[in-house]
Amino acid sequence: MQQSNAYIIAFAAGLTIVLGGLLSVTAVSLKERQKMEIELEKKKQILSAVMDIEGISKQELAGIYDERIKSIAVNYDGEIQTEIVPEDVNIEKEYKKKPEDRIYPVYKFINESNPDNFESVIIPVFGFGLWDFIWGYVALESDLSTMKGVSFDHRGETPGLGARITDAVVQERFKGKNIYNSSGELVSVKMLKSENNANLDENEVDGMSGATITANGVNDMLLKYLNSYQTYFEKLKAEKSISSL
Amino acid sequence: MSTETAEKTTESVKAEALLSKRRKRIVTDPLDDDNPITVQVLGICSALAVTAKLEPTLVMSIAVMFVIVFSNLIISFLRNVIPQRIRIIVQLGIVASLVALVDQVLRAYLYDVSKVVGVYVGLIITNCIIMGRLEAFAMGNKPYDSILDGFGSAFGYAWVILVVAFFRELLGSGSLFDFKVFEAIGLPNFPTNGLMTSPVGAFLLIGIVIWVQRWRNGYVEHS
Repeated sequence: MQQSNAYIIAFAAGLTIVLGGLLSVTAVSLKERQKMEIELEKKKQILSAVMDIEGISKQELAGIYDERIKSIAVNYDGEIQTEIVPEDVNIEKEYKKKPEDRIYPVYKFINESNPDNFESVIIPVFGFGLWDFIWGYVALESDLSTMKGVSFDHRGETPGLGARITDAVVQERFKGKNIYNSSGELVSVKMLKSENNANLDENEVDGMSGATITANGVNDMLLKYLNSYQTYFEKLKAEKSISSL
Repeated sequence: MSTETAEKTTESVKAEALLSKRRKRIVTDPLDDDNPITVQVLGICSALAVTAKLEPTLVMSIAVMFVIVFSNLIISFLRNVIPQRIRIIVQLGIVASLVALVDQVLRAYLYDVSKVVGVYVGLIITNCIIMGRLEAFAMGNKPYDSILDGFGSAFGYAWVILVVAFFRELLGSGSLFDFKVFEAIGLPNFPTNGLMTSPVGAFLLIGIVIWVQRWRNGYVEHS
Protein backbone atom coordinates (compact mmCIF):
# COMPACT_ATOMS: atom_id res chain seq x y z
CA MET A 1 0.00 0.00 0.00
CA GLN A 2 2.85 2.29 0.93
CA GLN A 3 4.40 1.71 -2.48
CA SER A 4 1.45 2.72 -4.66
CA ASN A 5 2.15 5.18 -7.42
CA ALA A 6 -0.12 7.76 -5.88
CA TYR A 7 1.80 7.53 -2.62
CA ILE A 8 5.12 7.95 -4.39
CA ILE A 9 3.93 10.98 -6.34
CA ALA A 10 2.37 12.53 -3.26
CA PHE A 11 5.55 11.93 -1.25
CA ALA A 12 7.76 13.44 -3.94
CA ALA A 13 5.50 16.46 -4.31
CA GLY A 14 5.33 16.96 -0.54
CA LEU A 15 9.09 16.72 -0.20
CA THR A 16 9.64 19.17 -3.03
CA ILE A 17 7.30 21.70 -1.46
CA VAL A 18 8.86 21.37 1.99
CA LEU A 19 12.47 21.55 0.78
CA GLY A 20 11.76 24.26 -1.79
CA GLY A 21 9.90 26.32 0.78
CA LEU A 22 12.68 25.92 3.31
CA LEU A 23 15.31 27.04 0.83
CA SER A 24 13.27 30.00 -0.41
CA VAL A 25 12.66 31.20 3.13
CA THR A 26 16.38 30.95 3.93
CA ALA A 27 17.42 32.68 0.73
CA VAL A 28 14.98 35.55 1.21
CA SER A 29 15.69 36.06 4.89
CA LEU A 30 19.45 36.05 4.40
CA LYS A 31 19.44 38.16 1.25
CA GLU A 32 19.84 41.55 2.93
CA ARG A 33 22.72 40.34 5.03
CA GLN A 34 24.47 38.77 2.08
CA LYS A 35 24.08 41.98 0.07
CA MET A 36 25.54 44.00 2.92
CA GLU A 37 28.49 41.61 3.17
CA ILE A 38 29.13 41.96 -0.55
CA GLU A 39 29.09 45.77 -0.37
CA LEU A 40 31.40 45.78 2.64
CA GLU A 41 33.66 43.37 0.84
CA LYS A 42 33.84 45.70 -2.16
CA LYS A 43 34.78 48.69 -0.02
CA LYS A 44 37.33 46.58 1.79
CA GLN A 45 38.85 45.48 -1.50
CA ILE A 46 39.05 49.01 -2.86
CA LEU A 47 40.75 50.25 0.30
CA SER A 48 43.10 47.28 0.50
CA ALA A 49 44.67 48.43 -2.77
CA VAL A 50 45.89 51.64 -1.12
CA MET A 51 46.33 50.79 2.53
CA ASP A 52 47.11 47.99 4.92
CA ILE A 53 43.73 46.85 6.16
CA GLU A 54 45.02 44.13 8.48
CA GLY A 55 43.18 44.20 11.79
CA ILE A 56 40.66 46.89 10.85
CA SER A 57 37.05 45.80 11.17
CA LYS A 58 34.74 46.00 8.18
CA GLN A 59 32.59 48.62 9.87
CA GLU A 60 35.58 50.89 10.46
CA LEU A 61 36.66 50.38 6.88
CA ALA A 62 33.24 51.48 5.69
CA GLY A 63 33.78 54.68 7.71
CA ILE A 64 37.20 55.28 6.17
CA TYR A 65 35.74 54.64 2.76
CA ASP A 66 33.06 57.29 3.19
CA GLU A 67 35.67 59.76 4.36
CA ARG A 68 38.53 59.18 1.97
CA ILE A 69 37.12 57.81 -1.27
CA LYS A 70 35.67 60.13 -3.85
CA SER A 71 34.24 58.13 -6.69
CA ILE A 72 33.26 59.07 -10.20
CA ALA A 73 32.38 57.16 -13.33
CA VAL A 74 33.86 57.85 -16.74
CA ASN A 75 33.37 56.45 -20.21
CA TYR A 76 36.01 55.20 -22.61
CA ASP A 77 36.72 58.72 -23.81
CA GLY A 78 37.39 59.89 -20.28
CA GLU A 79 34.17 61.92 -20.03
CA ILE A 80 32.68 62.02 -16.55
CA GLN A 81 29.26 60.42 -16.29
CA THR A 82 27.53 62.38 -13.54
CA GLU A 83 24.23 60.50 -13.65
CA ILE A 84 25.86 57.17 -12.74
CA VAL A 85 26.64 56.07 -9.20
CA PRO A 86 30.11 54.53 -9.50
CA GLU A 87 29.54 52.06 -6.66
CA ASP A 88 26.54 50.63 -8.49
CA VAL A 89 28.45 49.88 -11.67
CA ASN A 90 28.56 46.12 -12.12
CA ILE A 91 32.04 45.47 -13.46
CA GLU A 92 31.14 41.95 -14.53
CA LYS A 93 28.25 43.23 -16.67
CA GLU A 94 30.39 46.00 -18.11
CA TYR A 95 33.10 43.46 -18.90
CA LYS A 96 30.75 41.71 -21.30
CA LYS A 97 30.34 44.87 -23.38
CA LYS A 98 32.89 46.16 -25.85
CA PRO A 99 35.62 48.21 -24.13
CA GLU A 100 34.40 51.36 -25.93
CA ASP A 101 30.88 50.98 -24.52
CA ARG A 102 31.80 50.31 -20.92
CA ILE A 103 31.40 52.59 -17.94
CA TYR A 104 34.57 52.85 -15.89
CA PRO A 105 34.38 53.72 -12.20
CA VAL A 106 37.29 55.65 -10.70
CA TYR A 107 37.91 55.79 -6.99
CA LYS A 108 40.08 58.67 -5.87
CA PHE A 109 41.78 58.26 -2.53
CA ILE A 110 41.75 61.88 -1.43
CA ASN A 111 44.19 63.73 0.76
CA GLU A 112 43.04 63.98 4.35
CA SER A 113 43.84 67.69 4.74
CA ASN A 114 43.09 68.82 1.22
CA PRO A 115 40.10 66.98 -0.24
CA ASP A 116 40.69 68.51 -3.68
CA ASN A 117 43.93 66.63 -4.06
CA PHE A 118 44.08 62.92 -4.47
CA GLU A 119 46.81 60.69 -3.12
CA SER A 120 46.09 57.90 -5.49
CA VAL A 121 43.61 56.70 -8.05
CA ILE A 122 42.04 53.26 -7.76
CA ILE A 123 40.55 51.51 -10.75
CA PRO A 124 38.79 48.17 -11.00
CA VAL A 125 40.11 45.44 -13.26
CA PHE A 126 38.29 42.34 -14.45
CA GLY A 127 39.36 39.30 -16.43
CA PHE A 128 39.51 35.56 -16.65
CA GLY A 129 41.89 33.25 -14.79
CA LEU A 130 42.16 29.52 -15.26
CA TRP A 131 38.70 28.40 -14.16
CA ASP A 132 36.60 31.48 -13.74
CA PHE A 133 36.57 35.25 -13.50
CA ILE A 134 39.25 37.10 -11.60
CA TRP A 135 39.03 40.74 -10.65
CA GLY A 136 40.55 43.32 -8.42
CA TYR A 137 41.55 46.91 -7.88
CA VAL A 138 44.73 48.68 -8.88
CA ALA A 139 45.88 51.79 -7.05
CA LEU A 140 48.22 54.19 -8.83
CA GLU A 141 50.23 56.92 -7.14
CA SER A 142 49.28 60.49 -7.96
CA ASP A 143 51.81 60.42 -10.84
CA LEU A 144 49.45 57.89 -12.46
CA SER A 145 52.30 55.61 -13.42
CA THR A 146 53.64 53.98 -10.26
CA MET A 147 51.60 51.21 -8.70
CA LYS A 148 50.73 51.93 -5.11
CA GLY A 149 49.16 48.56 -4.57
CA VAL A 150 46.77 45.98 -5.91
CA SER A 151 44.12 43.72 -4.50
CA PHE A 152 42.94 40.71 -6.43
CA ASP A 153 40.15 38.28 -5.93
CA HIS A 154 38.82 35.29 -7.76
CA ARG A 155 35.90 32.94 -7.94
CA GLY A 156 37.35 29.55 -8.65
CA GLU A 157 41.12 29.54 -8.95
CA THR A 158 42.89 26.53 -7.46
CA PRO A 159 43.65 26.95 -3.74
CA GLY A 160 47.39 27.08 -3.18
CA LEU A 161 48.04 27.80 -6.87
CA GLY A 162 46.09 30.45 -8.77
CA ALA A 163 44.20 31.44 -5.65
CA ARG A 164 47.46 32.86 -4.36
CA ILE A 165 46.69 36.08 -6.23
CA THR A 166 44.76 36.97 -3.09
CA ASP A 167 47.83 36.47 -0.88
CA ALA A 168 49.42 39.62 0.51
CA VAL A 169 52.85 38.24 -0.44
CA VAL A 170 51.92 38.06 -4.10
CA GLN A 171 50.12 41.42 -4.18
CA GLU A 172 53.06 43.05 -2.41
CA ARG A 173 55.17 42.32 -5.49
CA PHE A 174 53.29 44.91 -7.54
CA LYS A 175 54.10 47.80 -5.20
CA GLY A 176 56.32 50.45 -6.74
CA LYS A 177 56.24 48.89 -10.20
CA ASN A 178 55.72 51.13 -13.19
CA ILE A 179 53.00 50.70 -15.80
CA TYR A 180 55.04 52.60 -18.41
CA ASN A 181 58.32 51.37 -19.80
CA SER A 182 61.43 53.53 -20.09
CA SER A 183 60.31 54.93 -23.45
CA GLY A 184 56.96 56.01 -22.02
CA GLU A 185 54.78 53.33 -23.58
CA LEU A 186 51.99 51.75 -21.57
CA VAL A 187 53.12 48.16 -21.04
CA SER A 188 51.40 47.48 -17.72
CA VAL A 189 53.09 45.22 -15.19
CA LYS A 190 53.74 41.68 -16.24
CA MET A 191 53.74 38.67 -13.96
CA LEU A 192 56.37 36.23 -15.15
CA LYS A 193 56.21 32.47 -15.44
CA SER A 194 57.47 30.46 -12.43
CA GLU A 195 58.73 31.67 -9.11
CA ASN A 196 61.95 33.21 -7.77
CA ASN A 197 62.90 34.97 -11.02
CA ALA A 198 65.97 37.12 -10.76
CA ASN A 199 66.65 40.55 -12.28
CA LEU A 200 63.10 41.86 -12.46
CA ASP A 201 62.77 45.21 -14.17
CA GLU A 202 60.27 47.88 -13.18
CA ASN A 203 57.56 46.42 -15.43
CA GLU A 204 57.87 42.85 -14.17
CA VAL A 205 56.86 40.95 -11.06
CA ASP A 206 57.72 37.45 -9.93
CA GLY A 207 55.28 34.73 -10.92
CA MET A 208 53.53 31.93 -9.08
CA SER A 209 54.76 28.43 -9.82
CA GLY A 210 51.98 26.17 -10.97
CA ALA A 211 49.67 29.06 -11.79
CA THR A 212 50.93 30.44 -15.08
CA ILE A 213 47.50 30.60 -16.67
CA THR A 214 46.12 32.60 -13.76
CA ALA A 215 49.13 34.89 -14.01
CA ASN A 216 48.48 35.34 -17.73
CA GLY A 217 44.90 36.26 -16.88
CA VAL A 218 46.16 38.84 -14.39
CA ASN A 219 48.53 40.34 -16.98
CA ASP A 220 45.80 40.44 -19.57
CA MET A 221 43.26 42.20 -17.36
CA LEU A 222 45.80 44.72 -16.06
CA LEU A 223 46.93 45.72 -19.54
CA LYS A 224 43.42 45.91 -20.99
CA TYR A 225 41.96 47.96 -18.19
CA LEU A 226 44.90 50.31 -17.82
CA ASN A 227 44.60 50.83 -21.54
CA SER A 228 40.90 51.69 -21.31
CA TYR A 229 41.57 54.27 -18.61
CA GLN A 230 44.33 55.95 -20.61
CA THR A 231 42.23 58.79 -22.03
CA TYR A 232 40.93 59.68 -18.59
CA PHE A 233 44.38 59.49 -17.06
CA GLU A 234 45.72 61.87 -19.71
CA LYS A 235 42.96 64.31 -18.82
CA LEU A 236 43.74 64.00 -15.13
CA LYS A 237 47.42 64.64 -15.77
CA ALA A 238 46.59 67.72 -17.89
CA GLU A 239 44.27 69.06 -15.16
CA LYS A 240 46.95 68.51 -12.60
CA SER A 241 49.63 70.35 -14.50
CA ILE A 242 47.24 73.30 -14.97
CA SER A 243 46.35 73.47 -11.30
CA SER A 244 49.96 73.33 -10.26
CA LEU A 245 50.84 76.34 -12.43
CA MET B 1 31.10 -2.09 3.46
CA SER B 2 29.91 -1.95 6.99
CA THR B 3 28.39 -5.01 8.47
CA GLU B 4 25.85 -3.08 10.52
CA THR B 5 23.98 -2.35 7.34
CA ALA B 6 21.37 -5.04 7.46
CA GLU B 7 21.49 -5.56 11.17
CA LYS B 8 18.24 -4.29 12.59
CA THR B 9 18.49 -2.82 16.03
CA THR B 10 17.75 -5.48 18.57
CA GLU B 11 14.36 -4.47 19.84
CA SER B 12 15.22 -4.82 23.49
CA VAL B 13 12.60 -3.72 25.93
CA LYS B 14 14.95 -2.12 28.40
CA ALA B 15 16.56 1.06 27.18
CA GLU B 16 20.07 0.86 25.88
CA ALA B 17 22.71 2.99 27.56
CA LEU B 18 23.23 6.33 25.83
CA LEU B 19 26.77 5.32 24.99
CA SER B 20 26.67 1.55 25.10
CA LYS B 21 29.48 -0.56 23.72
CA ARG B 22 27.65 -1.05 20.45
CA ARG B 23 27.06 2.66 20.05
CA LYS B 24 30.65 3.50 20.80
CA ARG B 25 31.61 1.16 18.03
CA ILE B 26 29.31 3.04 15.63
CA VAL B 27 31.40 6.14 16.27
CA THR B 28 34.85 4.58 16.48
CA ASP B 29 34.65 2.08 13.62
CA PRO B 30 34.74 4.69 10.83
CA LEU B 31 37.79 6.28 12.42
CA ASP B 32 39.95 3.29 11.75
CA ASP B 33 38.75 -0.20 10.76
CA ASP B 34 35.90 1.04 8.60
CA ASN B 35 37.27 4.40 7.53
CA PRO B 36 35.25 5.95 4.70
CA ILE B 37 38.32 7.10 2.78
CA THR B 38 41.03 4.56 3.46
CA VAL B 39 38.94 1.41 3.69
CA GLN B 40 35.72 2.10 1.82
CA VAL B 41 37.52 4.41 -0.63
CA LEU B 42 34.64 6.90 -0.71
CA GLY B 43 34.85 10.68 -0.85
CA ILE B 44 38.16 10.61 -2.68
CA CYS B 45 37.13 13.38 -5.08
CA SER B 46 36.75 16.01 -2.39
CA ALA B 47 39.77 14.68 -0.54
CA LEU B 48 41.80 15.53 -3.63
CA ALA B 49 40.16 18.87 -4.31
CA VAL B 50 40.10 20.74 -1.00
CA THR B 51 43.26 19.56 0.68
CA ALA B 52 45.78 22.02 -0.76
CA LYS B 53 45.56 24.08 2.43
CA LEU B 54 44.47 23.35 5.98
CA GLU B 55 41.95 26.15 6.39
CA PRO B 56 39.54 25.20 3.59
CA THR B 57 40.01 21.56 4.59
CA LEU B 58 38.90 22.28 8.13
CA VAL B 59 35.87 24.25 6.97
CA MET B 60 35.04 21.46 4.55
CA SER B 61 35.25 18.89 7.35
CA ILE B 62 32.88 20.90 9.51
CA ALA B 63 30.45 21.46 6.64
CA VAL B 64 30.49 17.76 5.76
CA MET B 65 29.92 16.90 9.40
CA PHE B 66 26.89 19.18 9.55
CA VAL B 67 25.41 17.76 6.35
CA ILE B 68 26.10 14.13 7.16
CA VAL B 69 24.73 14.30 10.70
CA PHE B 70 21.56 16.15 9.79
CA SER B 71 20.84 14.18 6.63
CA ASN B 72 21.36 10.96 8.60
CA LEU B 73 18.95 12.23 11.23
CA ILE B 74 16.28 13.33 8.77
CA ILE B 75 16.48 10.19 6.65
CA SER B 76 16.40 8.04 9.75
CA PHE B 77 13.22 9.76 10.94
CA LEU B 78 11.64 9.29 7.54
CA ARG B 79 13.03 5.81 6.91
CA ASN B 80 9.68 4.06 7.25
CA VAL B 81 7.71 6.45 5.05
CA ILE B 82 10.18 6.96 2.21
CA PRO B 83 8.96 5.02 -0.84
CA GLN B 84 11.57 2.41 -1.69
CA ARG B 85 11.55 3.15 -5.40
CA ILE B 86 12.47 6.81 -5.10
CA ARG B 87 14.59 6.61 -1.98
CA ILE B 88 17.82 7.69 -3.67
CA ILE B 89 16.35 10.86 -5.11
CA VAL B 90 14.74 11.63 -1.75
CA GLN B 91 18.13 11.28 -0.07
CA LEU B 92 19.73 13.41 -2.73
CA GLY B 93 17.07 16.09 -2.36
CA ILE B 94 17.60 16.30 1.38
CA VAL B 95 21.38 16.35 1.08
CA ALA B 96 21.26 19.02 -1.63
CA SER B 97 18.93 21.18 0.43
CA LEU B 98 21.17 20.95 3.47
CA VAL B 99 24.19 21.85 1.37
CA ALA B 100 22.40 24.85 -0.14
CA LEU B 101 21.48 25.88 3.40
CA VAL B 102 25.09 25.68 4.58
CA ASP B 103 26.20 27.69 1.57
CA GLN B 104 23.64 30.44 2.19
CA VAL B 105 24.48 30.71 5.88
CA LEU B 106 28.21 30.84 5.19
CA ARG B 107 27.65 33.63 2.68
CA ALA B 108 25.64 35.67 5.13
CA TYR B 109 27.65 35.20 8.29
CA LEU B 110 31.11 33.91 7.38
CA TYR B 111 31.68 35.69 4.11
CA ASP B 112 35.45 35.36 4.20
CA VAL B 113 35.27 31.63 4.81
CA SER B 114 32.68 31.15 2.11
CA LYS B 115 35.02 32.85 -0.33
CA VAL B 116 37.67 30.25 0.45
CA VAL B 117 35.50 27.16 0.23
CA GLY B 118 32.83 28.60 -2.08
CA VAL B 119 32.95 26.20 -5.00
CA TYR B 120 33.64 23.17 -2.88
CA VAL B 121 30.61 23.52 -0.64
CA GLY B 122 28.41 22.60 -3.58
CA LEU B 123 30.52 19.54 -4.12
CA ILE B 124 29.47 18.15 -0.74
CA ILE B 125 26.33 16.96 -2.53
CA THR B 126 28.44 14.58 -4.56
CA ASN B 127 30.42 13.33 -1.60
CA CYS B 128 29.79 9.61 -1.77
CA ILE B 129 30.31 9.21 1.98
CA ILE B 130 27.08 11.06 2.69
CA MET B 131 24.92 9.11 0.25
CA GLY B 132 26.71 5.95 1.33
CA ARG B 133 25.85 6.46 4.99
CA LEU B 134 22.26 7.36 4.22
CA GLU B 135 21.73 4.28 2.10
CA ALA B 136 23.76 1.90 4.26
CA PHE B 137 22.92 3.10 7.73
CA ALA B 138 20.25 5.74 8.19
CA MET B 139 17.68 3.85 6.09
CA GLY B 140 17.77 0.97 8.56
CA ASN B 141 18.59 2.46 11.94
CA LYS B 142 17.08 4.67 14.61
CA PRO B 143 17.71 8.43 14.65
CA TYR B 144 20.07 8.51 17.61
CA ASP B 145 22.27 5.75 16.22
CA SER B 146 22.24 7.50 12.87
CA ILE B 147 23.53 10.71 14.42
CA LEU B 148 26.36 8.77 16.04
CA ASP B 149 27.12 7.10 12.74
CA GLY B 150 27.17 10.53 11.07
CA PHE B 151 29.68 11.85 13.58
CA GLY B 152 31.80 8.74 13.25
CA SER B 153 31.96 8.90 9.48
CA ALA B 154 32.54 12.66 9.49
CA PHE B 155 35.44 12.33 11.93
CA GLY B 156 36.84 9.44 9.93
CA TYR B 157 36.71 11.61 6.83
CA ALA B 158 38.05 14.68 8.63
CA TRP B 159 41.18 13.14 10.09
CA VAL B 160 42.29 11.69 6.78
CA ILE B 161 41.83 14.88 4.78
CA LEU B 162 43.40 16.94 7.57
CA VAL B 163 46.47 14.70 7.54
CA VAL B 164 46.69 15.03 3.77
CA ALA B 165 46.20 18.80 3.94
CA PHE B 166 48.83 19.09 6.68
CA PHE B 167 51.52 17.56 4.47
CA ARG B 168 50.33 19.26 1.29
CA GLU B 169 50.38 22.71 2.81
CA LEU B 170 53.60 22.10 4.70
CA LEU B 171 55.55 20.73 1.74
CA GLY B 172 53.71 22.56 -1.03
CA SER B 173 53.38 26.05 0.40
CA GLY B 174 55.80 25.84 3.33
CA SER B 175 53.09 26.94 5.74
CA LEU B 176 50.45 25.66 8.14
CA PHE B 177 47.16 27.58 8.35
CA ASP B 178 49.00 30.19 6.25
CA PHE B 179 51.66 30.52 8.94
CA LYS B 180 55.07 30.31 7.28
CA VAL B 181 56.62 27.47 9.24
CA PHE B 182 60.00 27.25 7.56
CA GLU B 183 60.62 30.99 7.80
CA ALA B 184 59.74 30.86 11.48
CA ILE B 185 62.31 28.16 12.21
CA GLY B 186 64.99 29.94 10.23
CA LEU B 187 64.85 28.15 6.90
CA PRO B 188 63.51 30.88 4.60
CA ASN B 189 64.87 29.17 1.49
CA PHE B 190 63.34 25.76 2.09
CA PRO B 191 62.27 24.61 -1.37
CA THR B 192 58.53 24.03 -1.69
CA ASN B 193 57.28 21.11 -3.71
CA GLY B 194 54.96 22.17 -6.53
CA LEU B 195 53.69 18.63 -6.88
CA MET B 196 52.07 18.87 -3.46
CA THR B 197 49.93 21.83 -4.45
CA SER B 198 48.44 19.92 -7.36
CA PRO B 199 45.89 17.13 -6.95
CA VAL B 200 48.57 14.62 -7.95
CA GLY B 201 50.28 15.25 -4.62
CA ALA B 202 47.02 14.47 -2.86
CA PHE B 203 46.76 11.21 -4.77
CA LEU B 204 50.22 10.17 -3.59
CA LEU B 205 49.56 11.19 0.00
CA ILE B 206 46.19 9.45 0.18
CA GLY B 207 47.85 6.38 -1.29
CA ILE B 208 50.46 6.48 1.44
CA VAL B 209 47.86 6.98 4.18
CA ILE B 210 45.81 4.06 2.84
CA TRP B 211 48.90 1.89 2.64
CA VAL B 212 50.12 2.67 6.15
CA GLN B 213 46.69 2.22 7.65
CA ARG B 214 45.95 -1.07 5.91
CA TRP B 215 49.38 -2.40 6.70
CA ARG B 216 48.88 -1.56 10.35
CA ASN B 217 45.42 -3.16 10.48
CA GLY B 218 46.25 -6.05 8.19
CA TYR B 219 43.23 -5.23 6.01
CA VAL B 220 42.99 -7.04 2.68
CA GLU B 221 40.48 -6.45 -0.12
CA HIS B 222 38.22 -9.43 -0.61
CA SER B 223 38.12 -10.38 -4.23
